[in-house]
Amino acid sequence: MSWLALKMLTGDRAKFVGLIFGVAFSTLLMAQQVSVFIGIVKRSASQIYDVRDADIWVMDNKVRFIDEAPGLPDSDLLRVRGVEGVDWAVKLYKGQVRARLEDGNFRNVMLHGLDDASLVGAPVDFVAGSLADLRRPNAVIVDENGYHYMWPGEPIQIGREFEMNDRRAVLVGVCKVSAPFTTLPVLYTRYNEARHYVPRERNLMNFVLAKPAEGFTADQVAEKIEASTGLMALSKEGFVVKTIKYFLSSTGIPVNFGITISLGFIVGAAVAGQTFYLFTIENLKQFGSLKAMGVSNLRIAGMILLQAWFVGLLGYGIGIGLSALFFEATANIPHLAGIFMGWQAMTGVGLAVGMIVALAGMLSMRRVWVLEPAVVFRG
Amino acid sequence: MMEPNTTATAIEPAVVCRGVSKTFGDGDSKVHALRGVDIEVLPGAISLLVGPSGCGKTTLISIVAGLLDPTDGEVHVLGHRIDAMKSRHLVPFRGENIGFVFQQYNLLPALTAAENAAVPLLVAGWRRGKAVRKAREVLDAVGLADRANALPSQLSGGQQQRVAIARALVHDPRLLVCDEPTAALDAKSGQNVMELFSRVAVQNDRAVIIVTHDNRVFHFGERIFHMSDGRIERVEGRGERGARSGEDIR
Repeated sequence: MSWLALKMLTGDRAKFVGLIFGVAFSTLLMAQQVSVFIGIVKRSASQIYDVRDADIWVMDNKVRFIDEAPGLPDSDLLRVRGVEGVDWAVKLYKGQVRARLEDGNFRNVMLHGLDDASLVGAPVDFVAGSLADLRRPNAVIVDENGYHYMWPGEPIQIGREFEMNDRRAVLVGVCKVSAPFTTLPVLYTRYNEARHYVPRERNLMNFVLAKPAEGFTADQVAEKIEASTGLMALSKEGFVVKTIKYFLSSTGIPVNFGITISLGFIVGAAVAGQTFYLFTIENLKQFGSLKAMGVSNLRIAGMILLQAWFVGLLGYGIGIGLSALFFEATANIPHLAGIFMGWQAMTGVGLAVGMIVALAGMLSMRRVWVLEPAVVFRG
Repeated sequence: MMEPNTTATAIEPAVVCRGVSKTFGDGDSKVHALRGVDIEVLPGAISLLVGPSGCGKTTLISIVAGLLDPTDGEVHVLGHRIDAMKSRHLVPFRGENIGFVFQQYNLLPALTAAENAAVPLLVAGWRRGKAVRKAREVLDAVGLADRANALPSQLSGGQQQRVAIARALVHDPRLLVCDEPTAALDAKSGQNVMELFSRVAVQNDRAVIIVTHDNRVFHFGERIFHMSDGRIERVEGRGERGARSGEDIR
């Protein structure tokens, strides 16, 4: 009977293609939007992920997310270093400054001032130059997408000069970093250089990066730091979650993406549901004949469910495939860099498509279920 | 109400209806489709159920085939009282013992003639290959061996009805129920289909009931049940008809 169900389904090619198209389009829309949503949300914490050598972030206890950290007195660094379980701790500045380019144009940039001695938090993947060059006077490193943002259409060229806070900066390297939430260039310099590039503030250091000593976990040490200093200390993962939660609760991102994803679901459910329902209605006589010939309601239900799942599976496969092609094709576009379709998106969309076809199937099943087989004798 | 039409033969009737009534709706919209129908249908012959539109033919055949429950009365088919049968027993009983031929053929458009004819066997759980082979044999018997791989859309109305007949016979049912099998066909095709019924469908252990209002095919019936206003008005045997003028019966 499974064969019969699938033959009935695929018999009318136009309707079958319509059904598949509805589910595939819905899948594409949902998978694409869910993936972009996850990618953008991850971007909000990308600079936390990029600091690979420190496991603990210490900051003012009122900080809500990574881009909103006030300065800390330098003495806080010493206090953190004095906490039991801290292997090492270094300072970090992270903030926005304005760069003035050679041609007089301005660009806002995301500046990182790294501990002069250890360069903890420095990028590891270089397109041009090297990390060692950062020790030169006025040296800065910029991320590759940021370079093209600052000097659009120009080839990568080390040694370019520009100004921040009226201080000369020399480009010594171009690196790859995770795409930030905004499109701002990500710049790295030494902490003592950053002092000159940032407009005067009483306290410059806004983060202390620390590593737990052997035998301690990041969470354990973070707790000790908080208890001992009154500052906020979070493991890397904890800070990622805090930052993402802030973006989810304080921006329109979830609502906007939620609307598009819901539209994808509704469109998919409407197209697939309506087409599948009409397909069943048009085949009522056939289903009636089968019931007359001794096919039970349960077997009919099985046939319809099989048809629904077949449509769902095929549509889902095509939709996911198209979505994967989209992300493959856009992998090198800066605005979409780092956004890809993960298993979470595939699973979530799979469940949504499952719901769509289950709804469509149940709606159709109900009509067939209550169908009197005697309908076959009515002209 | 008429007395049950009993015959002097020792042959066990395939279908016995006693006092069968059927009403649809209730209150002011209540419709009496059948009013105490009594019939007996014998195997080994074609029985025709005739009458004007709305007289209850289709309702009666639906009840006899176990597709509709009577409001009142008893329905015995092949020795089983089907009006009291639970659905879980009635559905397989129908699949095993009753063959159907519909006015509009009701072939599955995506299946070939052979696959369509094999459907009752698939319903019965046969493997597809074996079922289609058997169906081809029956198609051969109805003269459609060369069109076994054709889709319904590639067949004429007469050919589609022959596929439907093959489908009704493929699982060797003991009761064949046909609803206006010639209504959608021209006169010649209708005659051919009825000849096919006489030649292929009629067997000693099989009863054939055909609902029709096509008086050109009345002569194929061994017995004719004339219906009017939900009642059996008259039952005619072949002998009785031979003595008549043939005005209304052929």
